[in-house]
Amino acid sequence: MLDDFLARAVLGAVGVALAAAPLGVFVVWRRMAYFGDATAHAAILGVALALAFELPIFAGTLAVAVVVAFMVAKLTGRGFGADMILGVASHSALAIGLVAVAFAQGPRLDLQAYLFGDILAVGKADLAVIWGGAAAVFALIAWRWRALLMATVSEDLAWASGGNPDREGRILMLALAIVVAVAIKVVGALLIGALLIIPAAAARPFARTPEQMVLGAMGLGCLASLGGLWGAWEWDTPAGPSIVCAAAILFALSLIAKGGRGA
Amino acid sequence: MSRLRARRMTTLVEVKGLTVRVGDRPVLDNVNFAMQPREIVTVVGPNGSGKSTFLRSLIGAVKPSSGKITRKKGLRLGYVPQGLRLDPSLPMTVDRFLSLPSPVPAETRAAALEEAGAAGFANQQIASLSGGQLQRVLLARALLNAPQLLLLDEPTTGLDQPGQAAFYRKIEEVRDTLGCGVLMVSHELHVVMSASDRVICLNGHVCCEGHPEVVAQAEEYRALFGTGTKGALALYRHEHTHHHHHEGPCDAG
Repeated sequence: MLDDFLARAVLGAVGVALAAAPLGVFVVWRRMAYFGDATAHAAILGVALALAFELPIFAGTLAVAVVVAFMVAKLTGRGFGADMILGVASHSALAIGLVAVAFAQGPRLDLQAYLFGDILAVGKADLAVIWGGAAAVFALIAWRWRALLMATVSEDLAWASGGNPDREGRILMLALAIVVAVAIKVVGALLIGALLIIPAAAARPFARTPEQMVLGAMGLGCLASLGGLWGAWEWDTPAGPSIVCAAAILFALSLIAKGGRGA
Repeated sequence: MSRLRARRMTTLVEVKGLTVRVGDRPVLDNVNFAMQPREIVTVVGPNGSGKSTFLRSLIGAVKPSSGKITRKKGLRLGYVPQGLRLDPSLPMTVDRFLSLPSPVPAETRAAALEEAGAAGFANQQIASLSGGQLQRVLLARALLNAPQLLLLDEPTTGLDQPGQAAFYRKIEEVRDTLGCGVLMVSHELHVVMSASDRVICLNGHVCCEGHPEVVAQAEEYRALFGTGTKGALALYRHEHTHHHHHEGPCDAG
């Protein structure tokens, strides 16, 4: 089955959707959307460095995503306006990455594949990386689940109950870097943020507890992946953007459904 | 000597030379403080005087630049913040909120809600609560572990006057049932004066400290709170001490 490129594409897309969901809800709850973008854009620089030093793409993107996430968090914690720092970081990371790729470029690099994803080229090794990354994100977030929730609800209450919300923030940054590194092949650096946020947003109207929202985001993310791939196959459209389009349609439907119930 | 020693053993929290700087600006400067069980202590001070920073340093959210904070060993702490800014995208029932960051048995949750006057809110979404309801839920949360020290940061912000009075009566009740120490930050000077055993007047440093009556007379206190509150204070003293000859200007009465 894994010899069929379409089967690999489906498994890859579903794996990324599952990895993105438990982190995506935190990105939404903690208003880290811009933060997610900055980290994802930095991954292009990771691609360039990986090529220059002949490292696996996964290692390069993961390393750069971690460094940028922690650097931005440090700067925003120092009293700079968070929005301003993120704006600077997000666009600079992308621009520096694009310039660096131009320097590192060999004849084999298809930049578009890293900006928008190239899911039909997902190989068996990529699948291993995607599902391994998804498992790591799951394990991290499940392990810290209540502490992460507490820190998200109120940092002061977390401190008062003996927790350390700074540490929980670092765990989320690590999980974010992993998601970026596994998702870049599937949806590309520019649309990773969409995959984090839109399924979580679409699940919100139907959730009464945080756990329900994660499960909803997982389900809707998988649905968007399958729907997007089907659309890409049917109409010969780029797969990554098609998946995000499908997620956007699900979000619109969830808004309508919520409006209809008057909830 | 042995009496002193006994006092040290029961001290809930002791603060020595606490200084907190944000950048170059000292927010707290050499604050000394100790808290005994069953005491109700109120911190008053103008905006920006470091009241919240003081409380947040006691819970560990603010690291001292210098000085030392010593908690009694195994101290159980309850903290009621000024409010809760929950992002509307986060679905969270009251019951679920009470089980953070660790699971709490259903009976304990129900008892705490009852105690705080928030019975029946268990299945409501936090985001749908009114200001007063939210404060009671936050109080219930603080009571879950039967705290030995209860810290409240302007707990009645956004409540109307009857609501405030009811909330402070609740706090006294809690102190009586749990026998805990209560340390709170407050703006409502007249309520503070009637409910506290001790008042600390803070403005970066401790300006004056003592029994409410004593603090109200202190020059430092009057300098901070000026003529604007003199009327209210005089009014308070008029109401609660039954001295029917007025010592100060009492036009407000």
